[in-house]
Amino acid sequence: MIPAPFDYVRADSVDAALGALAQHGDEAKLLAGGQSLLPLMKLRLAVPSVIVDVSRAADLSYVRDEGEVLAIGALTRHHDVATNQLVRSGAPVLAHAASLVGDPQIRHRGTIGGSVAHADPSADIPTALLALGASYVVAGPGGTRTVAAHEFATGFLETTLEPNEMLVEVKVPKATGGWGYEKFTRRAIDWATVAVAAVRTTGGVSVALANMGPTAIRAAAVERALASGAGAADAAVYADEGTEPPSDVTASAEYRRHLARVLTARALDRCLSGS
Amino acid sequence: MKISLTVNGQQETADVEARTLLVHLLRDSLGLTATNVGCDTTSCGACTVLVDGESVKSCTMLAASADGRDVTTLEGLTPGGIDADPSTWHPVQRAFREQHGLQCGFCTPGMVMAAASLLKENPAPTAEEVRSGLEGNLCRCTGYHNIVAAVLQASKEKS
Repeated sequence: MIPAPFDYVRADSVDAALGALAQHGDEAKLLAGGQSLLPLMKLRLAVPSVIVDVSRAADLSYVRDEGEVLAIGALTRHHDVATNQLVRSGAPVLAHAASLVGDPQIRHRGTIGGSVAHADPSADIPTALLALGASYVVAGPGGTRTVAAHEFATGFLETTLEPNEMLVEVKVPKATGGWGYEKFTRRAIDWATVAVAAVRTTGGVSVALANMGPTAIRAAAVERALASGAGAADAAVYADEGTEPPSDVTASAEYRRHLARVLTARALDRCLSGS
Repeated sequence: MKISLTVNGQQETADVEARTLLVHLLRDSLGLTATNVGCDTTSCGACTVLVDGESVKSCTMLAASADGRDVTTLEGLTPGGIDADPSTWHPVQRAFREQHGLQCGFCTPGMVMAAASLLKENPAPTAEEVRSGLEGNLCRCTGYHNIVAAVLQASKEKS
């Protein structure tokens, strides 16, 4: 399978990418690692007429310690997020989630910004970042704006990104206390049937779910139960409250609800027993 | 569009359509047919090659994105080629031969390249780490046992 024809523009900087987007509008798609976009293009589920290849914009691949937060460049690859010492010590749940994306070959190409912008509800990275209370720096023609993770994804593969904007950085509040991440898959390299991220943050314990709705979502009822003193097992029974899990060939909605409760209990067990 | 890249140590230039995938550049333009196309959906790993020394699935990378990069296919892993004496082969290739790490052989080029990349990142893996490190490569003969044994042997040779 070969993608439908398109015009190729190489953009090695944010300015060059924004220039190309300004010129081509919603006909264009940014290509970073391509591990989500190219499969969609091969299946003709995405047929952009212009590809803006930003994969060589080296100034967007970095992890910086900014005190309370880590700043991670949008083109930092999953492999680098998973193995970076700053991430492993400052936001270990993110490093762990990155180590579970796809397989080694995919992690050598796929990027944190690409995963966030793709907004697949079953993806590990947006789920971990939602639990961490991350925010996303978006560059556009008028400068940059910052969007909280919980306001970024608006639906299945849909975000607040405008066609002339580019995600350039992920800001991750450090969370060095307890954490747990549970991912259920039928095969090793699959997307999560359901995944759960639990993180102890300054505001309490936050819990996010993958593939329990059209976007990654917070398990608000679990968080409320924990805040009022419930333990892991008692809080986890609320994991599917307010969710809209899909039914598909991998699992029924009912089975996903069951998985959400079981995996939340396991993630919380690990999170609450951590420091 | 014109692209220029290093493949197995040689400078290559090619005139490709923008939508050309790296695997088709390697197989169809450069005649390097060790790299197989299996699933074509980023799952099976038969098309694994090294780009700048790291494993990638060449069915899921544009040839254009490889412009200026250094690509290694199975043909380039052993400089003298596999017609040379096995003692000169890359340790992973030699170990696959000695441990009989293949049955039909279709997944083998990708397995060898993925294993070479794995050992570069983790020179002394456990059997479990070899299994998870090769999670991106499928062997439909299900010959995993000897593949894992081969990678472990290669790791002992290298270290």
